[in-house]
Amino acid sequence: MARLNSPEKLEKVRQKILSRRDPNTPCISICAGAGCIASGAGEVIAAFKAEIEKQGLQAGVNTRETGCPGFCERGPVVVIYPEEICYLQVKPEDVPEIVSQTIKEKKVVDRLLYVDPTTGEKATHESDIPFYKNQVRNIIGSNIKIDPKSIEDYLAIGGYSALAKGLSRMSAEEVLEEVKKSNLRGRGGGGFPTGRKWEESRNAPDEIKYVIVNADEGDPGAFMDRALLEGNPHSILEGLTIGAYAIGAHEGFIYVRQEYPIAVENVAIAIKQAEEYGFLGRNILGSGFDFTVQVHQGAGAFVCGESSALMTALEGRAGEPRPKYIHTAVKGVWDRPSVLNNVETWANVPLIINKGADWFTQFGTERSKGTKIFSLVGKINNTGLVEVPMGITLRDIIYKIGGGIPGGKRFKAVQTGGPSGGCIPEELLDLEVGFDELTKAGSMMGSGGMIVMDEDTCMVDVARYFLNFLTDESCGKCVPCREGIRQMLKILTNITKGKGREGDIELLEELSEVAGDASLCALGKSAPNPFLSTLRYFRDEYEAHIKQKKCPALSCKELIAYHIDPNKCQACMICLRQCPAEAIAGGKNRIHVIEQEKCTKCGTCFEVCPPRFGAVKKISGEPVPSPIPEDARTIVRKSKENE
Amino acid sequence: MSEILLQIDGKEVGATEGMTLLEAARKVGISIPTLCHHEKLEPYGGCRLCTVEVESRGWTKLVVACVYPVEKNLVVRTRSEKVDRIRKMILELLLAHAPDAFALQDLAKEYGADKDRFEKEASFCIHCGLCVRYCAEVKKKNAVGFVDRGTRREISFIPEIAAKECWNCKECFPLCPTEALQAAFVLTKALFSPPHPGPEPRG
Repeated sequence: MARLNSPEKLEKVRQKILSRRDPNTPCISICAGAGCIASGAGEVIAAFKAEIEKQGLQAGVNTRETGCPGFCERGPVVVIYPEEICYLQVKPEDVPEIVSQTIKEKKVVDRLLYVDPTTGEKATHESDIPFYKNQVRNIIGSNIKIDPKSIEDYLAIGGYSALAKGLSRMSAEEVLEEVKKSNLRGRGGGGFPTGRKWEESRNAPDEIKYVIVNADEGDPGAFMDRALLEGNPHSILEGLTIGAYAIGAHEGFIYVRQEYPIAVENVAIAIKQAEEYGFLGRNILGSGFDFTVQVHQGAGAFVCGESSALMTALEGRAGEPRPKYIHTAVKGVWDRPSVLNNVETWANVPLIINKGADWFTQFGTERSKGTKIFSLVGKINNTGLVEVPMGITLRDIIYKIGGGIPGGKRFKAVQTGGPSGGCIPEELLDLEVGFDELTKAGSMMGSGGMIVMDEDTCMVDVARYFLNFLTDESCGKCVPCREGIRQMLKILTNITKGKGREGDIELLEELSEVAGDASLCALGKSAPNPFLSTLRYFRDEYEAHIKQKKCPALSCKELIAYHIDPNKCQACMICLRQCPAEAIAGGKNRIHVIEQEKCTKCGTCFEVCPPRFGAVKKISGEPVPSPIPEDARTIVRKSKENE
Repeated sequence: MSEILLQIDGKEVGATEGMTLLEAARKVGISIPTLCHHEKLEPYGGCRLCTVEVESRGWTKLVVACVYPVEKNLVVRTRSEKVDRIRKMILELLLAHAPDAFALQDLAKEYGADKDRFEKEASFCIHCGLCVRYCAEVKKKNAVGFVDRGTRREISFIPEIAAKECWNCKECFPLCPTEALQAAFVLTKALFSPPHPGPEPRG
């Protein structure tokens, strides 16, 4: 491939690619994102290839291994074009039927469609499924349409046209102005206005400047950046290159965690292809603008998502934050002006340049524009990635898109913003999602993690979990973070073990204040948030743990006991046989009794007791009723009596 | 170089561009406590004990004096209720590790820090990094470094380098505010002393 040296040449190549593609040729798109691969998409892909060959259809059917469309709960996801029929949880053994029915006969395989759990209705097309229907998928929507390893696929959906437009028809200042006008705010957590950051770097006197993609996604349960980088790496490169042009940078870096092997591979392929086509390198599209990109793999430290730590790591040193009273946009990597933006932020840039700031600002709220991708996980029916306009309510995300809470349980809280964020309770479910709204509620947007919790979740334990995570992930450089978190974790652990003391809450608050005020970087400053937000909305749970040694969610092992209600036990032997600790006494027609000193509180008896009996109870904060006397344990069955 | 005028604890102070608040304050005899600062070393900002309040363009914020550069018309308060509260807590957190360190005890007295507030985990090292940074920046030997991160972070001598460099240097010893360094060195010395001749290789 000769390098394209003008926007006109790019358009010619694009037309040639499109002319070779018949939109009516059946195409089987199979998600090859990390989630679906883990659910067996690799075998499904192999099965499709084999079946197509077996049925002699190679000439008339295409297959495409795509990026993640988001519905990870129901993976592997398969979409058949041109009809856009969406099959979920496809297994290799379903493949022959799909090929002979859908591809050959144009018939839908009903049993692989989405079924609405409430109405029982089936949805044939992706766009009919409530999970997708209520989203606005400006960014992630392209994932299922392209093979991330194919630059032709990206060009076929209009790829690199924003770069061509920016370089040939706009000055660097105009590109910057458009981004500023869009009010795009950083998607990585802080929500800093992207255009202002770019401008600060552009105006910095240093001639050498850098642009960086922050793909060091580390929040527990968050994977939107992975999906974008894996699924559509060229869009990130295109955004980065446009940004570099606006700022005046000629070198860029993609800082991606090495735990994302597919992302690393796909982005490396994309860089090579972009260099061959002339979208990277010298004199891009004949504009005279030069720009190169390198991939830097992170070594797995959460703190390296913080800008100054990331830049220190990029320089080849241990990834520790440094005090930055001067913005990294002015003094960053090797003390040069460096613009660091999150993957999703960069992904928005080509759209803004192509469609304009006015198009972008029609989505969202006054102060938070555009869409945002959230990874919806936890106690939710539809786990996956969802892209929604800013301003949507949490309730709509959780119920309309997420399909609510499984198992008929009650919603308790949603944790947003990762370890730096907080928990939002049920009474705030109608909160509109936006940077400032979430911060006001004591949480934050963060990079878009959204962990849903139901009534069985102990909020003290949630705070303990996140503090434990941060104990491992603090770099250890500054005292308020390293030592403050250590002490907070100790106190929280004690509370969940029933060793909480009067004054613990106040001490935690004091430690939170010092960590928040005096830590070196954002990790330490925000580390108390999981505690502070759960205290704010669930103070009664803290007090119950400390004062009554009671876990209201019946979750903290040390504070609960299992008990078999003698009036309900039918002596069915199920729990007795399955108890791994042999802690259940009883026998045939003998009411079962848990021997508390042997019980390990694994919960097996609770899970296996048939719901129609419901004899096993979890109790907390009260003494376990004493076992009924031996001679009262025999059950006399009525049916037997009559015989 | 032009003089920058700022106010520290109500006192008009002249400083030159590029100076830190700590340097400007010390120049006029205003003391700000530090544990990780050393004039021969790059500012580190690790112990956070030199946290002060600054007021600039109507905003009050907490910054560390050892890193924050002087600014024209800046108003600095080296003591306030908030600053004292932070210093007290930092000292209490550190005293859990090094309850007998004189440097900490003196400061504890001044800030009313209770050395028994937190459960003792005597590791002696308070991670000020003076030894690590002195060896790297001044001696350029990197014979001692940090290993691991977060609450598991420790200082450790690198046996291969320490065996060659440390015997005749030991310049980092007097820098250590808790004497933990010496203990670490003694341990390392024991570990990297020439191995006893092992059994003859079989064969």
